[in-house]
Amino acid sequence: MKYHVKVLTYLKDGVLDTQGKAVARSLTGAGHTSLLNCRVGKYIQLWIEADSSESAYREAERMCDEVLVNELIEDFSIEVDERQ
Amino acid sequence: MNYSEAGLKKNEYEKIKDTLQREPNKTEMLIMGVMWSEHCCYKSTKDMLSMFSSKGKQVVAGPGENAGIVDIGCNLGLAFKVESHNHPSAVAPFQGAATGVGGIIRDILALGARPVASLDGLFFGNIENPKTRNLAEGIIRGIGGYGNAVGVPTVGGKTFYSRRYTGNPLVNALNLGLVPKDKIVSSQTAKPGQLVVLLGSKTGRDGIAGAAFASANLAEDTKESRPNIQIGDPFVEKLLIEASLELRDLGVIVSMQDMGAAGITSSSSEIAAKSEVGMVLDFDRVPLREPDMEPWEIALSESQERMLLIIREDDIDTVTKVARKWDIDHAVIGHVTEEKDYLIRFNGEIIANLPPDLIGEGCPSPEWPMKRPGYLDEKWKFDAEALQTEHEELGNTLIKLLKNPGLSDKSWIYRQYDSMVQTNTVEGPGNRDVSIIRVKDRDQLIAVSMEADPLKCELEPYQGAAETVAKAARSLAVCGADLLGMTNCLNFASPEDPSQYWVLNECIRGLADSCRELDCPVVSGNVSLYNETVMGGILPTPLVGITGLIENENRMLPSGNWQEGNFLVYAGIPNPSVAGSYYQQQIMGDIWGRPLPFSPSAEMDFMKRALKTARNKAASSGRVIKGGGLAVTIAKEAIKSGTGVKMDFVIPTRADIFFFGEGGPRAIFSVPKEKIVPFKHIWSGFPLLQLGEIKGSRVVLPGIFDISLKELETSWRNE
Amino acid sequence: MKTTVVIFPGSNCDRDVIHAIEKTTGTTVETAWHRDTALPKGTDLVVLPGGFSYGDYLRCGALSARSPIIEAVSEHAGKGGLVLGICNGFQVLLETHLLPGAVLTNKTLTFICSKCYLRVENNDSPFTSGYSSGQIVQFPIAHNDGLFFLPPDELDELEKNGQVLFRYCSRKGEMSESFNPNGSLNHIAGIVNRRKNVLGLMPHPERASGAILGGVDGITMWNSIKQWVERK
Repeated sequence: MKYHVKVLTYLKDGVLDTQGKAVARSLTGAGHTSLLNCRVGKYIQLWIEADSSESAYREAERMCDEVLVNELIEDFSIEVDERQ
Repeated sequence: MNYSEAGLKKNEYEKIKDTLQREPNKTEMLIMGVMWSEHCCYKSTKDMLSMFSSKGKQVVAGPGENAGIVDIGCNLGLAFKVESHNHPSAVAPFQGAATGVGGIIRDILALGARPVASLDGLFFGNIENPKTRNLAEGIIRGIGGYGNAVGVPTVGGKTFYSRRYTGNPLVNALNLGLVPKDKIVSSQTAKPGQLVVLLGSKTGRDGIAGAAFASANLAEDTKESRPNIQIGDPFVEKLLIEASLELRDLGVIVSMQDMGAAGITSSSSEIAAKSEVGMVLDFDRVPLREPDMEPWEIALSESQERMLLIIREDDIDTVTKVARKWDIDHAVIGHVTEEKDYLIRFNGEIIANLPPDLIGEGCPSPEWPMKRPGYLDEKWKFDAEALQTEHEELGNTLIKLLKNPGLSDKSWIYRQYDSMVQTNTVEGPGNRDVSIIRVKDRDQLIAVSMEADPLKCELEPYQGAAETVAKAARSLAVCGADLLGMTNCLNFASPEDPSQYWVLNECIRGLADSCRELDCPVVSGNVSLYNETVMGGILPTPLVGITGLIENENRMLPSGNWQEGNFLVYAGIPNPSVAGSYYQQQIMGDIWGRPLPFSPSAEMDFMKRALKTARNKAASSGRVIKGGGLAVTIAKEAIKSGTGVKMDFVIPTRADIFFFGEGGPRAIFSVPKEKIVPFKHIWSGFPLLQLGEIKGSRVVLPGIFDISLKELETSWRNE
Repeated sequence: MKTTVVIFPGSNCDRDVIHAIEKTTGTTVETAWHRDTALPKGTDLVVLPGGFSYGDYLRCGALSARSPIIEAVSEHAGKGGLVLGICNGFQVLLETHLLPGAVLTNKTLTFICSKCYLRVENNDSPFTSGYSSGQIVQFPIAHNDGLFFLPPDELDELEKNGQVLFRYCSRKGEMSESFNPNGSLNHIAGIVNRRKNVLGLMPHPERASGAILGGVDGITMWNSIKQWVERK
């Protein structure tokens, strides 16, 4: 079965996010004074052939561990699309 | 479909019908509409461009090939060309500039040359305007983003600001490449039976009909134009460069063309026309990025990073092997025929059948009227007394000019460019107005100067254009380089405005005459018209790039190399002109008068002596006087050298004119005491003025200037 | 001395490195393609050059670090062979964990190309034996993502072990934020592994290998390596 998996990767809390800071500055500069903080990450979409959504999740996790995420500086979250 | 919907004029449609002896179908009309747009076929300037001379014993390829090539000795050809990407950069600055860089690189690559250096000419509105600043930042990031990733150093450029470019910035990308003379690839050598191969990215809907878009004025709301923008991928371009050069070295490329404006159609029909053959293309075989593309979309797509190759049938396996190695797509999309027809097949049907030379060369030249603009006579009524600066104020004027964005430090720009990759950069951006690269494992150095002078072109188009060429030539001579050839980008407003058309013709005349007089062949170029917004047209902006050859390192004269104890000498007429100068624009807020007329004999004389000065090492440093005049030039030399100067001489003319006037062949040299006799001998008979002695940390001329180096540098760096 | 330069799709500085090493040491340099599974026999030094391998997609050096050739490079390092990663090459070494740490986007958020001064922290390595400890050298930098990062504990380890070989500084050797172009922690420009046979640095020694290009300090590095190999 084909599963659509959504992966979010983002810098760990202790890591300086210069991009996030610059984006925040841009937003507040453009008048969005309600903004408190901003961090910038990546959104990766995977379409995976698997027997079950748990299996698709594990596959995605493996991909994150091996390639998609630099675990020294990044954290990630995985969401398997329930609708098929 | 109505011909005007395809962008065709009535007489153009009639000519097509007449040639085909039938009604063109929809696909054919759309193709012709784009191929006969201003951007693609230069219809408004074709005839004028014949004024250029491309004759010279060093010319290997002139206009007619993808770029010009000059012989630099040791079996190497230097390919170079400049191209504009103005309209796309106004709408999507990052991608517009990026794809401009990518496009010109492919033009150089199409000759079998390895791209070795880029320069960029940028013209922006007033930098205080936040919109302009955003545009500028996006464009600069785009140039860096593409150039850095593709591994071609950006070694110099020209930046100019005027409110006349608000909303219509100019981005002129110049590229230089080197190719062994015996490996030059032509676009004129296709033969019947050979295969047409597409190498590179898949074809999508990028920039569909972008060529027509370039010929339309920029509408108020440019958001509407977004879908037409091409997206560049420098990573794929890098792979394309390596794959193409590998194929070149294997000897399998018969002919090659870059896919730029109007993609597959323009590249394939151009090869067919130049080689005097026909072609049959199978659009079913074109690798597509998007489903359900219509044949006219495939024909005109401007998806980036694609090259068209003509390959002998026997060599197709080699192409497959190399394409697979570099992981880029390739496909045989047609073959070359004896019959001089250009046929496109799709879904088993012939959907277009056009004569190749009709497509590329057949567009009738429009007969726009020409009329000398009335404002010129008004502008020429300039009384030099109207602009005066008292002696006490000259120092402040200099400081103000150093802070002028057009003259001040540009390191915020070029620090974003990798200027050193390929390890050939001898003088990169920021040193002076000439960039110098070495040729690895050879003695030769290549110098290139990029110039423009929109203000003087506005005042007197012919003279302004000639001065543009002269400025570049002078810089090359002072650094010790013999002229090789010129490429130009003509950025103008609408040719349908009679005064603008007259201005365009005058500028081309000025470029052509000055190049001929200076013995500098015009080997390539590009035209960009319709540069205007609802606020009006841009300043007339012919931009030139002139290349030069320095035989070896020893014959090169540096700048910014003042040595304590040297004499500072001024070579040049005592009375330049303030007409169209930075000084005049700054103080009066506008420009008036007539610039100095071009004098071929004075220029040739200057260049001869400057070359001798470099070769005989009769000076330690030299710099041509340009924007801002003598005072700004002295300040820049002082800042770069880290040394001041104590001047003491009688000012030969009105002080502000002498220090801030522009035009004419003039330079300052720092001459070691032991070289002053040979120096004066070289310049005997040429107006010379000894200004003073290099020493200390201030720039001093009693009664006029007394400024510390620190203050000069802080002002120039806008800190 | 036998050098192999690894070429990834998108590497730009391979030819520059080959030229610099061949001209300086008089030895012939070979190349290895990213899809190769073995290095040329007798390789002493492996160089991972600068550039934009895989377009810097996903993360700088991330995709290159998963190339078939990397196993052979790791093996070579494991046996004590020399590995030098320059700029993008350094990023690849970090992604393969042959060196500790990661790089983030420059503090300026822009690409920076400029000459810069570095202090050679110690000359006790095959790469720096020709310099004196504390010597100030000039190598150009050209990168968008060079901010070296390690969590605090691991950074202390690195320092304690003397693994920092180059730091950004002023012409006179002073260290501060203003002389640190990208914001690297502890002004770190280049580091070695514990065994000191793997060096990664963001600046480009091959761009300082000729007077005509404005700098010669890179030449000492190639000669140091050559000497080490000859002494082996």
